[in-house]
Amino acid sequence: MEKLLNELSSDCKAAYDLESDIEIKAQIPENLKRNLSLDLPSIAESDLLRHFTSLSRKNYAVSTTFYPLGSCTMKYNPLVNERIAKFDNFNKLHPCQDEETIQGVLEVMYKLEKDLCEISGMDCFSLQQAAGAQGEFAGLLIIAKYFKSIKQKRTKIIVPDSAHGTNPASAAFAGFDIVSLKSESDGSISPAKLKEVLTPEIAAIMLTVPNTLGTFERNIPEISKIIHENGSLLYYDGANLNAVMGVVRPGDMGFDVMHINLHKTFSTPHGGGGPGAGPVGVKAFLEPFLPFPRVESKGPKFVLNYEKPESIGKLKSFFGNFPVMLKAYAYIKSLGAKGLKNVSEQAVLNANYMLARFKDKINIPAGNRCMHEFVLSPKALFKNGVRTLDVAKRLLDCGYYAPTVYFPLIVEESIMIEPTETESKETLDAFVDTLVKIIREETSLEPQKLKDAPVNTPVGRLNEVEAARKPILKWE
Amino acid sequence: MNVPGDLKYAKTHEWTRISGNKAKVGITDFAQHEITDIVHVELPEIGKQVRREQPVAVIESVKSAFDIYTPLSGKIVEVNDIVLSTPEIVNKSPYEEGYLFTVEFENEKEVENLLSADDYKKLV
Repeated sequence: MEKLLNELSSDCKAAYDLESDIEIKAQIPENLKRNLSLDLPSIAESDLLRHFTSLSRKNYAVSTTFYPLGSCTMKYNPLVNERIAKFDNFNKLHPCQDEETIQGVLEVMYKLEKDLCEISGMDCFSLQQAAGAQGEFAGLLIIAKYFKSIKQKRTKIIVPDSAHGTNPASAAFAGFDIVSLKSESDGSISPAKLKEVLTPEIAAIMLTVPNTLGTFERNIPEISKIIHENGSLLYYDGANLNAVMGVVRPGDMGFDVMHINLHKTFSTPHGGGGPGAGPVGVKAFLEPFLPFPRVESKGPKFVLNYEKPESIGKLKSFFGNFPVMLKAYAYIKSLGAKGLKNVSEQAVLNANYMLARFKDKINIPAGNRCMHEFVLSPKALFKNGVRTLDVAKRLLDCGYYAPTVYFPLIVEESIMIEPTETESKETLDAFVDTLVKIIREETSLEPQKLKDAPVNTPVGRLNEVEAARKPILKWE
Repeated sequence: MNVPGDLKYAKTHEWTRISGNKAKVGITDFAQHEITDIVHVELPEIGKQVRREQPVAVIESVKSAFDIYTPLSGKIVEVNDIVLSTPEIVNKSPYEEGYLFTVEFENEKEVENLLSADDYKKLV
């Protein structure tokens, strides 16, 4: 384990003297002065440099290894977009500046909104939300406010068990009760089963398309008809948008509200908890409820409109995570309509290529075709008490980031793989070979190797149960 | 897998032990095994009115969080506080010390509709 800076500290090392030439103390009242010395570490510059370089080399990222984390779209994000986000023209601005002086920023936000409308078929977007789950939350608050405005008491949201795990959480957080809907074996929704749970209290159904088994929902027109005839709304979880750009649009399929994870599909490195952006898109009749401020164009100028009396309010300070929006805008503009369609086609092709290579070797519950991701169920091949968790840990030893495991819950011992469009055939082949070898050979011949894994990582197998029951939350 | 013959079962893997108009409720041995190591339990409030098949408790493991449904409608009259501080007891003793709560039920008919041990065995 790497030592902390405080552990590296030693009195005899020559470090910078941080003493200021300004006499700050003189301006502070006597009773507020701190008379103890600060416990700052003292470390030689060369040691400090080695410390941080060493930490950086322990990074696990798309830039170091293949990262097939299902439903997370861990693709290569063009580095040029990072550079654009760091341009001084944007980077040095302050969010309290006058509208007149941030016309460029407002223009980017205005045009990004228009582009997202074009991609999704929705009428307008709020870009403010900081992540996918906050986008969901905003979408559900909008649904709640809409029904309040037309004086209907609707308290329930239907969430299929093939949806993203955040859906029921967001709906509960927005004050709704959850009606869980059991999906078919490929994760799709049966219109007959949907009718059984439909009541006048249902506000909306949240669909993840493609669903978490990586299959496209075939019954959307019928579901849309059933839901709208009930007076309810249709919500699209757009976290898997990377699979359908330029091919179908949620707005055209009858969806009323959706969110997009800009950091997944539109070029922001993610996985460390942000910053991200979860724009929420709606049809025109829901526009009054969107968070404020809204960017509007007035003649040649762009303005911020705070006068939205029916809005659900603000969800994030200022305008949201602007650099993420800027990267998304640069990504969309550099690829264009054809390029974005190509992204989705290639993402689906890569997933299907891998699926075809796994077929006949490891059980795939949803069948022979998928969208951008698929789910393996290797349970029948496991011997000697080996479980999916052990396979995932062994993959770390082989130099890969492990795929999503034990999700979706509807598949036992599941392994969920999303290769994305930016991986080469060579990378995909090497990963398939490794995983097949682990599951088909090592579980029988070297089970202990799996149970001991990982041994090549800076930290070995953690005791997850103890960590949850008796967490050590501070450094001692 | 242990499925005691004297208990009634719900399709959602809860068991119930009836005595008079009260029913103790917990999760089955099969359920605790599938959930894996339990690290956190949330129990309903005493006095709460509950409807059959309503989620009333939450069990969290390293794997995921699971809603626990009451098999019978009525009033929560007692909860097993021990599982709050030592959640692992639900894994170790799902039918005895690791039970979750007691519900005072209103409708005998609901009891008749629950599964017998044999029916539950067939289900899993």
